[in-house]
Amino acid sequence: MPNPKRRHSQKRTSTRRAHDALSKHSLSECPNCHEKKMPHRACAKCGYYKGREVVEVEEAS
Amino acid sequence: MRHKVAGWKLGRNTAHRRSLLRNLVTSLIVEERIETTIPKAKAMRPHVEKMITLGKRGDLAARRLAASYLMTDESVVKLFDTIAPRFGDRNGGYLRIVRTAWQKGDGAEKAFVELLGSEKVLDEKREKRAEARAKRVAEAKKAMEEAEAQAQTQAAPEAAEKQEEEK
Ligand SMILES: [Zn+2]
Repeated sequence: MPNPKRRHSQKRTSTRRAHDALSKHSLSECPNCHEKKMPHRACAKCGYYKGREVVEVEEAS
Repeated sequence: MRHKVAGWKLGRNTAHRRSLLRNLVTSLIVEERIETTIPKAKAMRPHVEKMITLGKRGDLAARRLAASYLMTDESVVKLFDTIAPRFGDRNGGYLRIVRTAWQKGDGAEKAFVELLGSEKVLDEKREKRAEARAKRVAEAKKAMEEAEAQAQTQAAPEAAEKQEEEK
């Protein structure tokens, strides 16, 4: 079976991973409660989507 | 080339998938809104639209075809009498799929599927649920108060005895 011939340096590993970073989600503002929300989804905070309350959100008590 | 247009298999064999879709379509027609995952929502859409098209035809043959697909007689009646007439001037696009959140456990994206024009029915249902919830809360509060009062009446004589002993 083929095996690695030489040890991989830390630099080689970190250089390879230089392009692996995740990017932030682009969030939009909820027109109802002005929280940040994911685009094309009902607002997680107030449950509104396109000007209508579409899901009931339990208030933290 | 018709690559990548086979539709959704949903990880099930043919019979299992057909049952699932029939159940989803029947539930949607009865409840007007259901919550499910995105692939299931997208897979059921053409089936719902075919049922509504049958409902708009409205003849006996169409009714029999719908009855052979839908799971309950009640849903067939509802489809032909209340749902299909709603979409008289609309050719397809009878559903609304709104993404809501992610499922706990496997992180699947969830959405609800609702029939267009069912907002009024759904709002009424929500009000009913809220009323029932308020009633439950009031009852629980009442029960708790009663239990507390009982505990106090039971505790009172004991406390009196204790006071006497101390004297
Ligand atoms: Zn909001």
